[in-house]
Amino acid sequence: MIELFGIFLLSLMVITAIAIVQTRHLFAAVILTGVFSLLIATNFFLLDAADVALTEAAIGAGISTVLFLSALALTDEHERSSSANKYVALAVVAVTSLILIYATFDKPRFGDPSAPVHQHVAPWFIENTSSQIGIPNMVTAVLGSFRGYDTLGEVFVVYTAGIGVLFLFGSRRTRQNGEPTKSGLDPSEGLRHYLIPRIVGRLLIPFIILFGLYVQFHGEYGPGGGFQAGAIIAAGIILYALLEGEKQALRVLPDRILTGLMAGGALLFGVVGIFGILAGGNFLDYSVLFDNPMTGQQIGILLIEAGVGMTVTGVLLKIFHAFAAREHI
Amino acid sequence: MSGFLDIISWILLSLGGMFVFIGGLGALRLPDLYNRMHAASVTDTMGSVLIITGVMLQAGASLASVKLFLILLFLLITSPTASNALASAALLSDERAKANPQSTSESID
Amino acid sequence: MELLGLFHYWVFAILLMIGLYAVIAKRNLIKKLIGLSIFQASVFLLYITMGKVEGGTAPIIQTGSAEQLFSNPLPQVLILTAIVVGISTMSLGLGIVVRIKEEYDSIEEDEIQEANKQ
Repeated sequence: MIELFGIFLLSLMVITAIAIVQTRHLFAAVILTGVFSLLIATNFFLLDAADVALTEAAIGAGISTVLFLSALALTDEHERSSSANKYVALAVVAVTSLILIYATFDKPRFGDPSAPVHQHVAPWFIENTSSQIGIPNMVTAVLGSFRGYDTLGEVFVVYTAGIGVLFLFGSRRTRQNGEPTKSGLDPSEGLRHYLIPRIVGRLLIPFIILFGLYVQFHGEYGPGGGFQAGAIIAAGIILYALLEGEKQALRVLPDRILTGLMAGGALLFGVVGIFGILAGGNFLDYSVLFDNPMTGQQIGILLIEAGVGMTVTGVLLKIFHAFAAREHI
Repeated sequence: MSGFLDIISWILLSLGGMFVFIGGLGALRLPDLYNRMHAASVTDTMGSVLIITGVMLQAGASLASVKLFLILLFLLITSPTASNALASAALLSDERAKANPQSTSESID
Repeated sequence: MELLGLFHYWVFAILLMIGLYAVIAKRNLIKKLIGLSIFQASVFLLYITMGKVEGGTAPIIQTGSAEQLFSNPLPQVLILTAIVVGISTMSLGLGIVVRIKEEYDSIEEDEIQEANKQ
């Protein structure tokens, strides 16, 4: 039964992807990308990756759609020119996919427990999570502690990308207060004229943020953690900005605080690592932070997850505001 | 899980599936946006209520049932709102309903 | 099970190529970025598919049950962070596209090259 469902979802994904590439209307393509993300998130869930599914649903279907739409508002909704060298491209793609499909026949059987990927490192993680860290969610344990260096790097990549967007947009050409736009509606007012979305949205936002905090701090026991929580909280605040206008959102969470979150989260991660050195261990070794190594590990993971959540929230909101404040020319 | 509850749950699930199918068919076949939204609302209401109730019966009295109930509540609040927002956005961009559903090919201003 | 496994890999290959097609054949810069995100998603799918263990559960230890089989947590960790990094770099790309639009008043590759020749 579940196999049938998997095949159904995968086929839907291929159909959606073809529709995305086919359509000339970029708005439709972006909405279909959101559908695609939701489908792939469901698929991740079927493949036992609850954490990844949560992340993909919050980021792919939520935030990336908003960012693409705000970029479309600044550029163009229609694709004008036709494809370049269509037949050459099709031929290249067809030959490569045939080679790739031919290669899949040599892959280990799907779900094979003796596949090479399950032999190295992973069994050690599965075995030692409960004895060394003592939290149920192995994904959080590997992310926060065993592979802490990797996560530190990823957080700094997110941080750097945020700085890159801010550099690109600089301070030039942001919209002046109250300046009317083409449609006659002031976008900085948000959806204030629409009673129903506004009231329901206001009702939901506290619950979205509460759920974000739950995902953040329950990440050691269930699916969740800083990356997902950051995305969910940012999505809640973006919803607020869409409903009440960008200016009101900036009044609630000022730019200074967002910059602080962005830098502070990455800093917190690094500082926790350095405290490990000061306490006599290695960089990002949390077991020396407390007398009981297991408590140290748990506190360390809690702190760095908080750092990750802060940076992700800050960067995503900063990027959203940078796009939203840009003047359309 | 007694056999009786199992049967009821399966009936609910199949009915819900049927409503989702009808909604999808309507969204594909009907002529303009408002008619399509009307058809798709069948999925939002009957479809989701019946399917989630069916799954709740399968889960029995557990935490999963409470979570499913919350999801149902969330869907019942958000999907009418989304329909409303969609319809007002369509009105704003001058999308008109076709006066006669039979004449699908010609547009009426 | 056999068929589903191969089907997963085939869908990976097809999605990868659909994304690649959008990147090399489309001239619209936003379309290229969307193609890139499909490309990326297919790689995520490949990793997660390889991490699945038959009869396994999500790698979260349940209290009370002794012998459990878990799917591989490592690919999940890698992909989880990759998704967030993906959206950050994607927004950087979108920022560059918006700047190009502001300078050249176009997001079509051929029109931009035309403008560069003059």
